[in-house]
Amino acid sequence: MIYREAGQFKTTYGADQAVFPIRQDRWFVLVVVAAAFVVPPLVADEYWLQAVLIPLLVYALAAIGLNLLTGYAGQLSLGTGGFMAVGAYSAFKLTTAFPQVNIILVFLLSGLVAAGVGLVFGIPSLRIKGFYLAVATLAAQFFLIWLFNKVPWFVNYASSGTITAPNRTVLGVLVTGPNATAPMRYLVALGLVAAGALVAKNLVRGRIGRSWMAIRDRDIAAEIIGVRPLQTKLLAFGISSFYCGVAGAELVFLFLGSAETLAFDITQSFLVLFMVIIGGLGSILGSFLGAAFIILVPISLTNAPHAVGLTLPVALLKQFELMIFGGLILFFLIVEPHGLARLWQIGKEKLRLWPFPH
Amino acid sequence: MTELLWAVAVAPFKDMAGSPAFFVEVVLGGIFTGLMYSLVALGFVLIFKASGVFNFAQGVMVLFAALTLVGLMERGAPVVLALVLTTAVMVVLAFAIERIVLRPLVNQEHIILFMATIGLNFFLEGFGEMAWGANVKKLDIGIPDRSFIVSGVQINELELTAALTSAVLVVILAVFFHRTRIGRALRAVADDHEAALSVGISLTTIWVVVWSVAGLVAIVAGIMWGAKSGVQFSLSLIALKALPVLILGGFTSVPGAIVGGLIIGVGEKLGEVYWGPLVGGAIENWFAYVVALAFLLVRPQGLFGEKIIERV
Repeated sequence: MIYREAGQFKTTYGADQAVFPIRQDRWFVLVVVAAAFVVPPLVADEYWLQAVLIPLLVYALAAIGLNLLTGYAGQLSLGTGGFMAVGAYSAFKLTTAFPQVNIILVFLLSGLVAAGVGLVFGIPSLRIKGFYLAVATLAAQFFLIWLFNKVPWFVNYASSGTITAPNRTVLGVLVTGPNATAPMRYLVALGLVAAGALVAKNLVRGRIGRSWMAIRDRDIAAEIIGVRPLQTKLLAFGISSFYCGVAGAELVFLFLGSAETLAFDITQSFLVLFMVIIGGLGSILGSFLGAAFIILVPISLTNAPHAVGLTLPVALLKQFELMIFGGLILFFLIVEPHGLARLWQIGKEKLRLWPFPH
Repeated sequence: MTELLWAVAVAPFKDMAGSPAFFVEVVLGGIFTGLMYSLVALGFVLIFKASGVFNFAQGVMVLFAALTLVGLMERGAPVVLALVLTTAVMVVLAFAIERIVLRPLVNQEHIILFMATIGLNFFLEGFGEMAWGANVKKLDIGIPDRSFIVSGVQINELELTAALTSAVLVVILAVFFHRTRIGRALRAVADDHEAALSVGISLTTIWVVVWSVAGLVAIVAGIMWGAKSGVQFSLSLIALKALPVLILGGFTSVPGAIVGGLIIGVGEKLGEVYWGPLVGGAIENWFAYVVALAFLLVRPQGLFGEKIIERV
């Protein structure tokens, strides 16, 4: 009834190829984005912003990055944590070396550094495929973490071995460091992820995205029709690592405040991969849904026993959480192997017919 | 520059030649660790061959088997009974996995199945620790942990037992694969699912068998590793160490898993002892991956893996 595209005639190619060709979709997205900018900073308390919304946005950005690589270009990677660490450590080095540079610019620059590292570790993808490649990317993960642990230069010779977000301002407002308010950090994270998602959405529907998908679906056939595998795969690795690098920098500067290499270990890589798969491979929206799922489930599992007035021993709770988390992943994979984004699409199809299903 | 070259290319070998007994001990230690990797990698290979599933939960299966065994023994079960019960538990687990996880996901993409095994990984970890407790346990089923010295080289009885057990296990598996009806069916499924189905081989039975065998291998690995360093969560992390073994040996080759494990185990120990100090140590974590990666660039299908032929 409400959700119909009847009567919306496209008169230009531009209108036909818009990001959201249906008017209702366009309005819906605009309203959601606007609401995301306005409502939480006014309404949500410190806990919600700090423990839920900021990590959600940061991980959504990382998930978009991995989704470009795994979902669109078909290159399975388990090195996400390592690339995020590159972003975080280079942001730290850059901003301590050049304190006057705008922190947003620092984030983007550290994304570029991560992209460079990603390019190097993407080179094996030209020879090896599938799970062999996944295991090869683990080399990146372990080597990078080891490097940041071993070379004190990366932490400015701090004896604790941690990197700490210094106070930095954007347009005169403090956005990072211990004194920055949660709403400000939230807004920066939201701005970056919104811009990132828009760029990614446009990348994947253009020439680059199509060549990625061609490589993903059948690389030899893609090569025959003129897609160059070398450039295409490396570009995917580079751009994906850029997103992951920015997300890693944000993770330390906007969410954790300070971190050691432990924050970027292999579990981080799996977490982001979970988000991509639960959310939906090859879907930008899916990256957000997956991140929301993976962030919210553990939090609600931790809080659920409190809500019903049950106090469980901490160790038991932890194990219970693991079990339910694993069980939920299995459940969702079995119910909908194509992820939450697919459920969303099915919902939309249903809505178009509603309330007359025939 | 010359100094660096000396330190990298000459000095380590001089050290090796300088104290051969120590060198042999390092190599033996590497062989023992390598065998453990091989055992875990073996579980991977069996499942990958038969069902194309990259089973990330193999490491947790090792942990789970060891936890179950220890838990049963703590409750007073004699060793043999505990072993039989643990075997039963692993077989039941194989049935459950086939019924609950694999069957609904049949014909899905590999990555989805891989993800499912990671979910399984979390589930089993939580379940095992909830059922049997999370504290570090000593596993002792009567294998002596003494050392004796043969011409200046220290040899550990436990490591020797582990080596012999693995060798026996590999022989049994080889016979099982090549001489029995089920083994032949297994190889048929590994070669071509559809052809196997069309000559009347039941895929579901094969899957249960394969996961059970992988469970048995996990028990052996769990016993050895647990006797060496206690049963604890870190046991499940050897799965990560088995991955470079897999790429080195090839995902589909049983001998590859064994040889790969030995190469990685020895290479890692030698690298750590002789080259590690140059860069500040603790290189064990990534050294194996880099070796495997360098290797892949030359031979993408691994040492014994089948050459991948692609058609459009």
